[in-house]
Amino acid sequence: MSQVVLFNVFNGLIVGAFYALMALGLSLIMNLSGVINFAHGGFLALGAYIAYTLMPYVGFWGGLVLAPVLTAGLGLVVERLLIRRVYGRDPLYSLLLTFGLAFMFEDGMRFIWGAQSVPYQVPGWLLSPLSSDYFFLTGYRVFMVLLVAAAVIGLFVILNYTRLGIRIRAGTLDLETVSVLGVNVRILRNLNFGLGIYLAGLAGVLAAGMLGLQPTVGSSLIMPSFVAIIVGGLGSLPGTLLGGLLIGVASGVTTVFLPSATEAVMYVMMAAVLLVRPRGLLGEEGRF
Amino acid sequence: MSDFDLNKQAPNAVVWLLLLAMPYWLPAIGGYPELGTRVVVLGLAAMSLNFLLGYTGVLSFGHAAYFGLGAYGVGMTIRYLVPSTGVGILVGVVVGTIAAMIIGPLIIRLRGVYFAMVTIAFGQVFFFIAFRWNSVTGGDDGLTGWTRQALHLGFATVDIQNNPRAFYYLVLVLFALAVGIMAWLLQSPFGRTLIAIRENERRARFLGIPVDQHIWISWVISCCFVSLAGALYALLNNFVDPRALYWTQSGDFVIMAVLGGMRSFWGPLIGAAIYVVLQDYLSSETENWMSFIGLFFVLVVLFFPRGVLGMIRRRVAS
Repeated sequence: MSQVVLFNVFNGLIVGAFYALMALGLSLIMNLSGVINFAHGGFLALGAYIAYTLMPYVGFWGGLVLAPVLTAGLGLVVERLLIRRVYGRDPLYSLLLTFGLAFMFEDGMRFIWGAQSVPYQVPGWLLSPLSSDYFFLTGYRVFMVLLVAAAVIGLFVILNYTRLGIRIRAGTLDLETVSVLGVNVRILRNLNFGLGIYLAGLAGVLAAGMLGLQPTVGSSLIMPSFVAIIVGGLGSLPGTLLGGLLIGVASGVTTVFLPSATEAVMYVMMAAVLLVRPRGLLGEEGRF
Repeated sequence: MSDFDLNKQAPNAVVWLLLLAMPYWLPAIGGYPELGTRVVVLGLAAMSLNFLLGYTGVLSFGHAAYFGLGAYGVGMTIRYLVPSTGVGILVGVVVGTIAAMIIGPLIIRLRGVYFAMVTIAFGQVFFFIAFRWNSVTGGDDGLTGWTRQALHLGFATVDIQNNPRAFYYLVLVLFALAVGIMAWLLQSPFGRTLIAIRENERRARFLGIPVDQHIWISWVISCCFVSLAGALYALLNNFVDPRALYWTQSGDFVIMAVLGGMRSFWGPLIGAAIYVVLQDYLSSETENWMSFIGLFFVLVVLFFPRGVLGMIRRRVAS
């Protein structure tokens, strides 16, 4: 029994890590530009499909490096051509715009790669269990957790110690002042969008190895990411990370005892947080 | 409303005449009866959403949940409880309204994108319930095995089951009732207060208006009528699809409101008409209709943000 619980906690942690990675990207974009990027799931799935397509040429590891970068590049283009036009307008328009993009992404991927799930091969040696007692502890799972942790640490290093990161954080608090101080806000927002999409692409490549790869993989992850942001607190990246892991583990544990409530439990948590602490666990007061 | 202004009343008269005569002119231009009914039902949903979106200035992206609750309410009542269309509609509306009343206090303190995000996320709860509770809701396959029942009015029986025209007029009567109540509310001091909140929430608060309470009431009214639309939609199809609850459906309602013109009373109905006809056409022409719908969203946002009526009004003004 404890094996099963442990398995599901660990599983929930991995799924939560995906939620967190995706939600961190969403949060970055929302905090600086005020845009809820519905197309985030589309970018995630696209990252996975790029890795899948590149695999015969560059292998698993090449895809892992290249696919998120290419996805981020596409993100920069999309921001430059489309998203930029709705900054400063009613948030309604950015919602509808990215909503339309999400439709186009999903249908486009279905058109190119088919609606059926495609096989995404992870190197064989990563798949064998590390321990005979804990069968679920495969190398790939541990590797995923480590890589997500590395990505999150990398993100916080960028935000805290690089010029770009410090400007992003400053812009989140007061974009106008940042602009007056001579920072090109257009480029800042563009790079910030790319950074967020990079995280989505990375999450996509990792998720494809675990959840399988079909065009809807992104749209199934986007709602939990929203919940992660709300639970963790809008405007707070550590909160988003915490929220993602928390709802992942909570659904993992719920799977053991009440499988039919796996998805519902995260919404119950969201309702509880909103009731007791509307700004979210680590959210700043009065920001929204 | 003692002084009768012809200029103001003329558009209303045109809309009602077109709606009343729809079963007669629609087939002549190539439509089928259900298409007209669908326009009116989804138009009601979009107009109900616009009560909140356009007149209170609160961005809900989760109205599909209440639309779907209305739909499941009527479907499950007829399938499991009583074979009566009237009772079914009533149950659907009550269920949707009560859900909105309960969720309201959790969300009314939030604004802007945050409000949108929380409404979407809450909407998903109902989707998962419908999706997972296979034995009762039919799960992914939807709720089947029931049809709308003939309407017994005491003095007469209206066969809405086999006569699409009779069903259309039933829908139109309920549409008129809902739209009439909304128009009346918007003209009342309460409605004016909502518009004041939309225009400047802080000032409204300083004037002593209980803003959160007003938004809650507006939210409940909006959800009440959207669940009526959902109930009628289920009756129209004799079927409930769990995707009626899915968040993409909420996006459809928002685009209808924007497309027709959020700042005008009839705008969302026009948006719904355009959207329904377009979707009907695209899904019969191409398998990739989702791409085209997505492209349509993008184009509307970039080039047509004021909607049809907004554009016309601007042209008239200049």
